[in-house]
Amino acid sequence: MQPNDLIAQIPGLRRYARALTGNTWAADDLVQDTLERACLKWRLWVVGSDLRAWLFTLMHNLFASGSRRFMRRQEAGTMVDVDDVAHVLAAPDGALDLSLDLQRCLLLLPDEQRTVLLLVSMEDMSYQEAARITGAPVGTVMSRLSRARARLQLLLNAPATGQGKTATAVNPVTPLRRLK
Amino acid sequence: MDRTTPPAPLTDDELHALVDSQMDAVSQAALEWRLAQDPSAQATVAQWCRQRDLLRSLHTSVMDEPAPSGLMAAAQQTAAKRRLIDNRWRWAGIAAGVMMAFGAGWLSHGEWSGYQPQPARLAQATGGTEFVRQAGFAHVVYAPEVRHPVEVAAAEQAHLVQWLSKRVGKALKIPNLASQGYELVGGRLLPGEGGARAQFMFQQASGNRITLYLGAIESKTAAQSRADTAFRFSTETSVPSFYWVDQGFGYALSGQVPRDTLMKLAEAVYNQL
Repeated sequence: MQPNDLIAQIPGLRRYARALTGNTWAADDLVQDTLERACLKWRLWVVGSDLRAWLFTLMHNLFASGSRRFMRRQEAGTMVDVDDVAHVLAAPDGALDLSLDLQRCLLLLPDEQRTVLLLVSMEDMSYQEAARITGAPVGTVMSRLSRARARLQLLLNAPATGQGKTATAVNPVTPLRRLK
Repeated sequence: MDRTTPPAPLTDDELHALVDSQMDAVSQAALEWRLAQDPSAQATVAQWCRQRDLLRSLHTSVMDEPAPSGLMAAAQQTAAKRRLIDNRWRWAGIAAGVMMAFGAGWLSHGEWSGYQPQPARLAQATGGTEFVRQAGFAHVVYAPEVRHPVEVAAAEQAHLVQWLSKRVGKALKIPNLASQGYELVGGRLLPGEGGARAQFMFQQASGNRITLYLGAIESKTAAQSRADTAFRFSTETSVPSFYWVDQGFGYALSGQVPRDTLMKLAEAVYNQL
């Protein structure tokens, strides 16, 4: 393994951590902890095996055991974080609203549902990989995925409450209307 | 197939498999045919596909951001630790006699750069005499020791190698002398003229011990420090030794054994170098 192999994993880890925690700084804390964990646990990594999957497993375990810590930071820093994301993304209004709304809905899912949904959708992992990373049977992964997708759909369909960024963000999602 | 009966409704697992494209082509065709008969399932698949697309476009800009310096530093440190372990594993393979009996062996510089031992060249060992005297003294002092022959025992080989490599400033590996009947006892750190020296002790079943003493050789010039030497036999001290210099590092193998036997042991050590 070359140093660049590890460095190449950083962007993907940061992105996943950001979606998982909804907070830029909490996400980078989680990535930092993951890299430090890898440093301590290298012996458990089989040379030649999938480095990315191993790092995601470490990150999952850290998040699962310390999610309250990471999520507390998220709650404390929400307002600042929104500004930060807005600055970083510098995206057209509609796209930004949509991603903020999606992130808000994601955070309303239980941790284990959000984890599986992100691993399978955002990270494009197989159900077997998601099961290995989360340490759950494939059947459990599938049922979490079902609940996550059903619940996310309800959240996306519901008008956003109290934050001013709103149904207009959801409107472009035309297929959603089929559910009523 | 009986087309008059409607097909079984698609299960959630089947819907997921369609959305995430996680199935083989045959079952995909079958599922798509059933999906075509099932408007409710079509709606769900459309929603979930939309979700999937949204999630895949979420935070994509992070992928292009430069990583914060703290994360880069952590990654560098973690990668460096991995290299250390990889080197140690190579050594462990050799010690177990798995990787190679001879050839690129027990000592490498830094990153295992593929260095192959050259046939020993005859040259004058400039700093060698003093070196081998110190090796002999170290042997005489520690080899008879019953309770504390070594500082770190063979049971902690990984730690021993890491520690002494750090102190003598070179990635060390311990030669495997099992086929000559010697097992590693352990090692210790010693002071030497040019800096830290390491001593590894080996023991026969009969209890007879030999020691391998090594460290950087102080030389007048860089050219001299690079001068490799052939094996030289020494009886400077009360214990016979073979010693040689390789890439500025001196090695001495000492023990109360016949000269021929000691020579063979020294060759075994050198060949694993």
